[in-house]
Amino acid sequence: MVRLNKAFTVSLSALIPLAVATPVFAEWGLNLPTPVTPIGEGILTLHNWILLICTIIFVGVFGVMFYSLYAHRKSKGHKPSQFSHSTFAEITWTVIPTLILIGMAIPSTAMLIKMEDTSEADLTVKITGYQWKWRYDYLDSGVQFYSNLSTDRNEILNKNEKGENYLLEVDNQVVLPIGKKIRFLITANDVIHSWWVPQLAVKKDAIPGFINEVWTKINEPGIYRGQCTELCGREHGFMPVVVKAVSVEEFDAWVAENAPAEEQAEETQSGVSGGQTLVAVSAISTEDGADDPAPAIR
Amino acid sequence: MATVADDHHDHHDHHPTGLIRWITTTNHKDIGTLYLLFSFAMFLVGGAMAMVIRAELFQPGLQIVDPHFFNQMTTVHALVMVFGAVMPGMVGFANWMIPIMIGAPDMALPRLNNWSFWILPFAATLLLSSFLTAGGGPAAGWTLYAPLTIQGGMGVDLTIFAVHMLGISSVLGAINVIVTIFNMRAPGMDFMKMPLFVWTWLITAFLLIAVMPVFAGAVTMLLTDRHFGTAFFNPAGGGDPVLFQHIFWFFGHPEVYIMILPAFGIISAIIPTFSRKPLFGYTSMVLAVAGIAFLSFIVWAHHMFTVGMPLIGEVYFMYATMLIAVPTGVKVFNWVATMWRGSLTFETPMLFAIGVVVLFTIGGLSGLMLGITPADFQYHDTYFVVAHFHYVLFSGSVMAMMGGVYYWLPKWTGHMYDEKLGKLHFWLTTIFFNITFFPQHFLGLAGMPRRIPDYALQFTEFNVISSLGAFGLGVSQLLMAYIVYKCVKGGEKATDEVWDNPEGLEWTLPSPAPYHTFETPPVIK
Repeated sequence: MVRLNKAFTVSLSALIPLAVATPVFAEWGLNLPTPVTPIGEGILTLHNWILLICTIIFVGVFGVMFYSLYAHRKSKGHKPSQFSHSTFAEITWTVIPTLILIGMAIPSTAMLIKMEDTSEADLTVKITGYQWKWRYDYLDSGVQFYSNLSTDRNEILNKNEKGENYLLEVDNQVVLPIGKKIRFLITANDVIHSWWVPQLAVKKDAIPGFINEVWTKINEPGIYRGQCTELCGREHGFMPVVVKAVSVEEFDAWVAENAPAEEQAEETQSGVSGGQTLVAVSAISTEDGADDPAPAIR
Repeated sequence: MATVADDHHDHHDHHPTGLIRWITTTNHKDIGTLYLLFSFAMFLVGGAMAMVIRAELFQPGLQIVDPHFFNQMTTVHALVMVFGAVMPGMVGFANWMIPIMIGAPDMALPRLNNWSFWILPFAATLLLSSFLTAGGGPAAGWTLYAPLTIQGGMGVDLTIFAVHMLGISSVLGAINVIVTIFNMRAPGMDFMKMPLFVWTWLITAFLLIAVMPVFAGAVTMLLTDRHFGTAFFNPAGGGDPVLFQHIFWFFGHPEVYIMILPAFGIISAIIPTFSRKPLFGYTSMVLAVAGIAFLSFIVWAHHMFTVGMPLIGEVYFMYATMLIAVPTGVKVFNWVATMWRGSLTFETPMLFAIGVVVLFTIGGLSGLMLGITPADFQYHDTYFVVAHFHYVLFSGSVMAMMGGVYYWLPKWTGHMYDEKLGKLHFWLTTIFFNITFFPQHFLGLAGMPRRIPDYALQFTEFNVISSLGAFGLGVSQLLMAYIVYKCVKGGEKATDEVWDNPEGLEWTLPSPAPYHTFETPPVIK
């Protein structure tokens, strides 16, 4: 109940328009989560500005309207004026919004150009969506594995108490180095999925028959959690994404530990580039993952 | 503006009674009533499904329904609300009001009118009967994205046929509206003298004719993909899943304006009456509606920025989308300017109209945010989107229809509705609506995807609040059924004008409006 009350108070204070995006509110889940990538920071700034402008417009327009509702009531004896045109006003409220929109469009376009520049990546990871799990192929080193929801079924069915990372935990995390430009190639094997990690500000649809490109560069080490965001069937709510960002040294060590032997790597490399998916999958371990072999490919 | 030359409607109404009257009727008022009753029934059916959704989301974990059934609920809730409640509801208003507003004796094609209504109950039955098939109803979302829909069971086929029938009904209704407006206007009722509601419906009708066949084509291709070996959208056969999205949203975006433009028309009728002032900027209102309708055809891909379009495509669709804010802003400013220095009273229809202007604008502004492509990557397919489209659809279209019902109900029934209960209905609806949907903005920004039956613990509090609001919102709508029933049965006798000197031909008729009206065209000055 205490948590509920807190949330309720917070939601009320959020109705006050100026509670826009202050970091204090971020931990209460009122705004976009704290980004850990340059793109994420750019999007958060853009989002905050647009939200602020929209809020000011809203308050301004409806301030006028509510003043009118108060001052021009019949019960106060206000006599209606009969005007129905004002060329000046109509031109004004067409031109000013247009200028505001142009002001929004310029930084948005600049941001978009940055987001779409996947060139000169240090590392490429191919992500494949399946019903209902993710598969990751590190194209440079041959590391490959599936990543499944690791939340106990009994927690979902309310038989056991739910853990801290309920529904946002996996057996094999995606380990990525910080400070490197990482390119993701995203596709799917059955239906459309969408790979999203809010703190990285990366969301791209995984579409069978298509390979989408997107990139990220993570600033700080940490665990970043996300979910599939395109309805993909019965277990759509149960295929999370967990990224573990580590230093370059730790990443290299992890790769060395999990990369297949030389010959096998070549074989899998060519397998991947040849568009075949029937390759051997090595079992790997990460910190909160078990040593289970990855599930067989269907 | 207008006077009625001949106020006598003293000939007898020749029509069968009982059930046969309603089945065989070609009278625009009867058919309008049927549409509105059907719409309300579907509103309750779709609402019941929303209750299931919110009950499951009340707490984390799976409590009430299986995830597959949950997906059926979100899918059919949307289909029922869009095609069963909002669109037929708007056609109901068109049937009742357009002939009266332009001084015509009936719709131009009365038998077609009867048919376009009576398709609907069968289409709805077909859609809902999908729950009885193996595999249940459609569960791929109302957008029916391939290839997920290719996987579905027979319920998907029933949905496709239901969509075909609903589409036929809509197109027939649209043809009727266009023919009526072009040919049946009373002498002197020039286009630029038509009430704004008639204008918005005329433009809506063109949108319907343009895009419903596109949707019918898309689902037919889906059907042949499912059963006849084609591979339009099936990547396993070389098809293109993204093509389905392009075709769907080429229909889908105009579709959202099909649902909102007549609502704008209703609001533009209500606000001047209770402001005791003519509508501000009539010409710019007409141009804004036409502008919005035009833009609706060239912005569709903003629903699918995450599919991976070329940069130039993303930039184009962002700019085109942002442009919609200009004519929409003009409409909002004009409504506020209509109230400005008026003589305002706050009867139930006016409360709904003001509620729509304020809350729809919240949805409009969040829509602008969604149109900003880089930011959309974060918002896309989250509860932020769910909040956005309920602000434009519920507190836009649905609340405008509620306001319209209260506004014209005395004219339809001859009785005043219970004003106290009407106001209560408004406040309950508005308060519970905001409790339900405002927190969903936060859920979306914090990272909760839409269409999930279970969620991470950090989303619990706002989901609890949202569900509680939804239950209140659902129950409050039963009050409206009672208010309307009570008003039909009796109540204070309504005057012919009903309100304080309102503008429009409908107020020159007796209350209730006789079965046949304007058999002699009124004289428009």
